[in-house]
Amino acid sequence: MPELVITVARFGFLILLWIFVFTVVGVIRRDLFAGARSGRLVAAPRAVGASTGQATARPAKVKRGRAAHQLVVTAGQLAGTRITLGEAQITIGRAEDSTLVITDDYASARHARLVPRDGQWFVEDLGSTNGTYLDRAKVTGPTPVPLGVPIRIGRTSLELRP
Amino acid sequence: MTAAATPASSPATAGERPGVRLARSRRNAELSLLLLAMALVAAYGAMVEAKVLDTVTPTFWVPAAALTAVFLGIHLVIRFLAPFADPALLPAVALLNGLGVGFLHRLDLANAAPEERAELATFAGIGGRQLAWTLISVILAAGLLALMRDHRSISRYAYTLGLAGIVLVMLPAVLPRSISEINGAKLWVRIGSFSIQPGEFAKLALLVFFAYYLVRKREVLSLASHRFLGIDFPRGRDLGPVLVVWVISLLVLVFEKDLGTSLLYFGMFVATVYIATERVSWLLIGLVLFFGGAYLAYVLGEAVGGPFANFYLRAEIWLDPFGDPYDKGYQLVQGLLALGTGGLFGAGPGGGQPLLLPEVQNDFIFAGIGEEIGLFGLSALLMIYLLIVERGLRAALAVRDSFGKLLAGGLAFTLALQVFVIVGGISKLIPLTGQTTPFLSAGGSSLMANWLIIAVLLRISDAGRRPVTGAGGKVNRPSGGPPEQLHGAPTEVIRP
Repeated sequence: MPELVITVARFGFLILLWIFVFTVVGVIRRDLFAGARSGRLVAAPRAVGASTGQATARPAKVKRGRAAHQLVVTAGQLAGTRITLGEAQITIGRAEDSTLVITDDYASARHARLVPRDGQWFVEDLGSTNGTYLDRAKVTGPTPVPLGVPIRIGRTSLELRP
Repeated sequence: MTAAATPASSPATAGERPGVRLARSRRNAELSLLLLAMALVAAYGAMVEAKVLDTVTPTFWVPAAALTAVFLGIHLVIRFLAPFADPALLPAVALLNGLGVGFLHRLDLANAAPEERAELATFAGIGGRQLAWTLISVILAAGLLALMRDHRSISRYAYTLGLAGIVLVMLPAVLPRSISEINGAKLWVRIGSFSIQPGEFAKLALLVFFAYYLVRKREVLSLASHRFLGIDFPRGRDLGPVLVVWVISLLVLVFEKDLGTSLLYFGMFVATVYIATERVSWLLIGLVLFFGGAYLAYVLGEAVGGPFANFYLRAEIWLDPFGDPYDKGYQLVQGLLALGTGGLFGAGPGGGQPLLLPEVQNDFIFAGIGEEIGLFGLSALLMIYLLIVERGLRAALAVRDSFGKLLAGGLAFTLALQVFVIVGGISKLIPLTGQTTPFLSAGGSSLMANWLIIAVLLRISDAGRRPVTGAGGKVNRPSGGPPEQLHGAPTEVIRP
């Protein structure tokens, strides 16, 4: 085997090894940095009802600063927890697969959910035993949630924040 | 409230939204990465033969082809049973495993008499045995993926697995020395010519238990605390479990004479507690306890000897390997010399002299490979480990339930810690301890346990990346309840 071939193969192998590393990085690049970007790119609630790409293509229509970007737990055992809002709905309850799992004695397994529509979040009770309250009023149907108004579930209180 | 303003309330609409990008399964990316990895393994085999035998035999591709076949098999299993699993995990692990098999085969070639070299059978020698173990391990991992459709189902066996884990950890310590001791470390169970390292399997079993226990206790551990010097410290009585694990890991250190394993179990526990509670104080407590314990063992080893003597000896070798380079420090010195000989680009596959290194097929495989592929290649291998660990942590972030988060985070951390312990050991950063290099070292137990860990990580990453309801994504929900797995809603805790 000529020495030249072996030398070329040797360096070729090392380069190929690094090409593999960079290809893997390329494949996972999207969510390698997703954590850092999601706060800005995904957080603005988009229209849920839009089934075509055109409506979702312009999320900037939502007035900046007025749109809710976070759901913050202000009272109860989970006080201090904060969920960055995306375009997906948020479910609240004791069930393990809820977005926000609350261990509140007065909460049902699937208690309530928050759904975005045209940049506005709506709270909806999912037939809970003890009810969901928006400020003082009991939530009966899907109700728009203004910023900073507490949603009460048992002893837990949640607020939308910009 | 008019009907027009009512949000779409049927759960099905959520899945039809066009914006859900993460829902792509990326299986084809996995397949192409896998083929690239296998091409690298085949190229490595060819280069080894070209260098050692001076010719490439017509059968050089057989081990690589066997590996490709079995990895394609698990790829198909993933495609059908865990379609949204992470695309980078399998190819990265496959490459490490394949290079490990290739290097061990290279050791067989070096060991064999020159005239027999070309006729070395595929499954002969340590390389062949490793190849066979790989096939078995991958099949087992695929079996675990098929059996465990939802990672939460293993939490049902948490206490059983916890007990099994402790038994597995302590087993070599209580068995007589003739059965359990190899090279001064009592980590083995030997039955005839067949030996297994039960501690490797204990990692997974114990982590399932830790994750389950901490999910139930995390509130107590994270909320009840004293504030001191700006850091929240837990209450005295909540320290109980961590102290118990500390004592067990010190017992491992003393009776199994193995710092690495002891550091691994303890680090694993402290890291899971930290992930569960987000309290830095646990890290501080853990570090202080471990270093205190290790220092105490060192002092006791110098003064008393007995069970601590082995640890003292290893620490002494670490502090000054060149003090006794032909006897006690021989292995470490040879490892350092091998790495130094390799330099930046290495001597080329097949070009080094790995047989000068004692235990090159196990503990020192990294030094042996390093001599041949150099720093440039070694850092690529370390990058691949880093990517595997990153994918594990990413799976922990993505999955919704706390048990899965803790399990995936703990497994990824354990893998990282094990690589640190052994690579740190051979490069003289920390005292050398007999840990296997995951996926590279010869050894069925280690390979099998690590593949099972990868299967669990694949399963958890599948649960984390699975879309709400998707084409191809079967929603494993018993009945009724709305399928509300969500993406892009990471929870964070802000300090009050």
